[in-house]
Amino acid sequence: MQQIELQTTPADHRIAQLAAAAIALSLVDAAIPLPLPGVKPGLANIVTLLVLYRFGFAAAAWVTGLRIVAGSLLLGHFLSPGFFLSLSGGICSLFMLALVCRLPQQWFGPVSLSVFAAFAHICGQLLIARLWLIPHDGVFMLAPVFFAAALFFGIINGLIVARLLGELPPEEAQHA
Amino acid sequence: MNRWLNLLRPGDWLVVAVAALLVAAAFPLVWQGGIAEKAVVRRDGEVIAELDLSRKRTLEVAGAIGTTVIAVEPGRARVAADPGPRQYCVRQGWLKRPGEIAICAPSHISLQIAGRKKDFDSIAY
Repeated sequence: MQQIELQTTPADHRIAQLAAAAIALSLVDAAIPLPLPGVKPGLANIVTLLVLYRFGFAAAAWVTGLRIVAGSLLLGHFLSPGFFLSLSGGICSLFMLALVCRLPQQWFGPVSLSVFAAFAHICGQLLIARLWLIPHDGVFMLAPVFFAAALFFGIINGLIVARLLGELPPEEAQHA
Repeated sequence: MNRWLNLLRPGDWLVVAVAALLVAAAFPLVWQGGIAEKAVVRRDGEVIAELDLSRKRTLEVAGAIGTTVIAVEPGRARVAADPGPRQYCVRQGWLKRPGEIAICAPSHISLQIAGRKKDFDSIAY
């Protein structure tokens, strides 16, 4: 029998650990009851933003991708419409983050990034929903509610990220 | 509270303010819906009158158990009176949005608001 050994670097381990944290948060997310389907706190985005600040965009993209795939496996909706909704939302918010993380940091903090990402996320989901799942303009009837939720949870998540960034000294995080 | 507010940078306030404006603007933009243009009155499923919603008028329709009165005002219409025992269609009040419908089942009469384009009643997957 042939032994297959994967060469892993400390960076890989770090990404795996952070993705695990993000997956745990997305499970918490799914467990929180909210009145409207589609409105979610998006707590896993806290991890994405923290990783973006600490380890750069590539790591954040990896963590998000792993979180979406592994999280959907755990929740049992891999390759279901819900999976594609969160995939398109994740991709859109990553694109948005890639753009807005170039904004001057002394002016725009985690709250800005979080709000931008939340709006991109819901726009990506609405786009997929309109193009594929519910091909009728009726889906946009719910858009204002989703936008309001994106703003609300975007601010909250951004504040949490800002708080965590302030409490974690940078050196410690690098070796975590 | 102050501790949390200190985490916001100047640009964050700007982003939050602009986003809040967008959210506030999205509500009327999306929920205005189509424009109600006419009221369609049906008896036994057949259209017996199409009323223009641009001016005020009333219409009396002979239903299965008596006379039903339809009232039209600019932009809205309602069933003003109906001989039905439970008065559901009367109590529904003014209809404004395209697709809204009041059904007076005992009279076999329905009043529906129509917009420019015909919407689906429902979509199921």
